[in-house]
Amino acid sequence: MTTVQAVALCVVALAGGAVVLVPDPLRQVFVLGVFGLSLTFLFFAFQAPDVALSEIVVSALALPLIVLAALRKIHQHERESEQEREER
Amino acid sequence: MSRRVRLGLFLLAGPGLAAVLVLGFRGLPAFGDYHGVYGRIVDNFALSARHATDFVTALNFDIRAFDTLGEEYILFAAAAGVALVLRGLREEGEGPHPAPPQQHGFAGASDALRSLALLLPPLLVGLGGYVVLHGALTPGGGFQGGVVLAAGPLGALVTGRYLAFKRIAPHSAVEALEALGAWAYAMLGLGGLVFASRYLQNYLPLGIPTHLLSGGFMPLNSIAVGLEVSGAFLLVWTEFLDQALISGRGDRS
Repeated sequence: MTTVQAVALCVVALAGGAVVLVPDPLRQVFVLGVFGLSLTFLFFAFQAPDVALSEIVVSALALPLIVLAALRKIHQHERESEQEREER
Repeated sequence: MSRRVRLGLFLLAGPGLAAVLVLGFRGLPAFGDYHGVYGRIVDNFALSARHATDFVTALNFDIRAFDTLGEEYILFAAAAGVALVLRGLREEGEGPHPAPPQQHGFAGASDALRSLALLLPPLLVGLGGYVVLHGALTPGGGFQGGVVLAAGPLGALVTGRYLAFKRIAPHSAVEALEALGAWAYAMLGLGGLVFASRYLQNYLPLGIPTHLLSGGFMPLNSIAVGLEVSGAFLLVWTEFLDQALISGRGDRS
């Protein structure tokens, strides 16, 4: 195992732990993006550039966007049900 | 269970689990130890018999192209399922999406951000096209390039202008793109049945290795998958963002 690979493995382990430890979902999305970038680095270090290419877009863009949209929808829902309660 | 009992249980079970894990890891093969036969055969075979320099693409789009057919249709079905469920939630049929009341831009977008939104889409689409077309030569191919292609229109979203995104990637075009990609891949496979008597068998000249048009029908398969993947991602994003940004704006009940 080369030094680069060892460093990549450690960074992935740390970033993965960080994702779990963030309590606020909104901030968690961004930490998740950073975790994805570290995974990209890992795949690249292990000579899998094909996988790294997919991972960089999926983790930095596709997944965060979907989670952000879902979070916004949940907030909307909460706000609407609050309004309905006030109207009653 | 109180916190103390749980902690005690963990202190009891934790070391046991650690010991078993260490024992298990000691029995693993050494790092980088590879005994697979298939990989070595493909390594010796992809360049000479398929004229592709990226063996992952050779595997995806020629040697095991049938697996890719399955993968592609999994994605197709998943995207179609998302669209179906989310449209059902909105109580909407096959009709066009409702016109949003106002432009969802956020006022604080600076000039730098605006120019970035203008620059990003063409750059990303160009890069995606490059990755798709050079699948047989360098790392990349239909799946990777398709995701990059789909990211292009999203560049317009960095200023929060969802309508600009929808203008670059209209809903009907996205749907057509996805269906076209899925259809094209199946048809390329049928071509193998007609010209080479086997489904998804190569029937085009292999060309000179390292040239853009090499690897037989790999570039075509790559393009078909690229269209399908970008269409599927754009469709899922459009449905999610429609839910989050347009529908449920308060006039529904």
